[in-house]
Amino acid sequence: MNAAEPPVLQVSGLRKYFPVRGQAAWSRKLHVRAVDGVDLSIRRGETLGIVGESGCGKSTLARLLIRLIEPDAGDVEFDGRRLGIRGGISVREMRRAVQMVFQDSFASLNPRLTLEATIAYAPAVHGASPAEARRRAHSVLAQVGLAPEQFADRYPHELSGGQRQRVNIARALALQPQLMILDEAVSALDKSVEAQVLNLLLDLKDELGLTYLFISHDLNVVQYLSDRVAVMYLGRVVEIGTVDAVYDRSAHPYTRALLAAMPAMDPDARATEPPLQGDPPNPIDPPSGCRFRTRCVFAEPVCATVEPPLAAVHPTASTAPEAADHHAACLMNLPGSRHSRAPQGALELA
Amino acid sequence: MVCAMLLALIFLAAIFADYLAPADPYKTSMLLRLKPFGFRGHLLGTDELGRDLLSRLLYGGRLSLLMGVSPVIAALAVGATLGIVAGFVGGAVNTMIMRTVDVFYAFPSVLLAIAISGSLGAGIPNAILSLTIVFIPPIARVAESVTTGVRNLDYVGAARASGAGALSIMRIHVLRNVLGPIFVYATSLISVSIILASGLSFLGLGVEPPHAEWGLMLNTLRPAIYLNPAVAALPGAAILVTSICFNLLTDGLRQAMDVRA
Repeated sequence: MNAAEPPVLQVSGLRKYFPVRGQAAWSRKLHVRAVDGVDLSIRRGETLGIVGESGCGKSTLARLLIRLIEPDAGDVEFDGRRLGIRGGISVREMRRAVQMVFQDSFASLNPRLTLEATIAYAPAVHGASPAEARRRAHSVLAQVGLAPEQFADRYPHELSGGQRQRVNIARALALQPQLMILDEAVSALDKSVEAQVLNLLLDLKDELGLTYLFISHDLNVVQYLSDRVAVMYLGRVVEIGTVDAVYDRSAHPYTRALLAAMPAMDPDARATEPPLQGDPPNPIDPPSGCRFRTRCVFAEPVCATVEPPLAAVHPTASTAPEAADHHAACLMNLPGSRHSRAPQGALELA
Repeated sequence: MVCAMLLALIFLAAIFADYLAPADPYKTSMLLRLKPFGFRGHLLGTDELGRDLLSRLLYGGRLSLLMGVSPVIAALAVGATLGIVAGFVGGAVNTMIMRTVDVFYAFPSVLLAIAISGSLGAGIPNAILSLTIVFIPPIARVAESVTTGVRNLDYVGAARASGAGALSIMRIHVLRNVLGPIFVYATSLISVSIILASGLSFLGLGVEPPHAEWGLMLNTLRPAIYLNPAVAALPGAAILVTSICFNLLTDGLRQAMDVRA
């Protein structure tokens, strides 16, 4: 992981509002702000975990990245080439280089196609001959640990959940992607199978030099798999940094609350942060200023007026080397923000 | 299975009525009116004009089956196309197609069939046309809902994510998964169609006398129900058995088409 190397995927200002259905024509148009200005970059070879509660926009973000839905605004740059402009990368090229594994292993496989046909479909779409596509299907089946001679002619309903998810991974691999988006890819599996699939993902990454965008609500799994983590809240990234930085030195109160809600095996290690109360606010009408202020124990009047930008966490001596890589969107993290807990210093607003 | 064989038998009987019928279905006899079963070579008796009822039932099957099956096939072609396009494309196209379809769907089917047939005039082609129009909306509705369901499944998303074009997705991923349920539903409409066609003939809007057709026969035999109820009930029984067979066939088809079975 070399920070100087250009990121494999760079996202800036990505935004998607979904219109609310069933409103009267004369009323003010309401929108669900599913993804509301997300900036991210993923470096080649790393695993970026994305965590957050249900409805915070994780899956919408994944679908925006692979253009299953069109964003309202924002730029996506793959390998330094911008998506959707002349001379940039085309959606089709992008879809070859970026593949996705969905959460529902059953719904993501066509029940009427054999595994071989399902996996060979994508290479065939991209111009491989039937024989070549078949060969590719067999080789990726073997890569995910399903013997091709035994599984190639089976149908999805003949497989277990773990096997189906392996097929989904194989299907994604068949296009030899550089980046894999794993949208809750192991969440529906039971724990022992989940562990197997996670290890398979790690092995595949080493073997093929893949980059992962790993979306999950399971903090343990994200910690296990990821190099860096982004925490999302109401369509925004509120904290991003290395796993160690985010998990051990969380700068955003939401991250701390999430981590506090994580069951700990060691009673002495249990966090003492107060748990979050209630549900996230309605994404149709998010709170002004900081979106988390309605549930934040540190909220002050200034939080309702200023929307905190994603800023570098104030470096301290012990964390200096990583500090540049750790960002949080909280006024307590922003020098001179007029929040009583903000770092006092003459640092520039970067 | 049993009903499929029974249906095959009914179809064969109708097709080969020329060879099977013991008598001319149009030869009347004032002396032999409304005779009971087995009367002088008339195995199932005679109707109100002394015509051999078995022969008329065999010949009547031709028209009844034609009017049961052909509107459904025609409506399947139109309705499934509309519904699948609406479901697959979605958005404004969906709204346009489905709202138009809903206008027709709002009328009770019997009323609509009678109204269309009534305005077009009696006759077999008009009856088939009116039944076709009656069956397009329900088939389009089913096709649209099934297609919308399939379109939103992750495997269609995965196919799009692998760079596939709309036509390829339609052919490989959508059609294969929606045609089954649509066929099954359409099959269930055949029995309805036979009954509606019979109803139209009964009202004098479908087949005209002296043609043999089950619904028309039921109508003309109606006054005889007090004199010879068994004979009068036979065309009704033929309609009943055929529609039940089609319904059971539908259930069988549904099971056979279910991939997870």
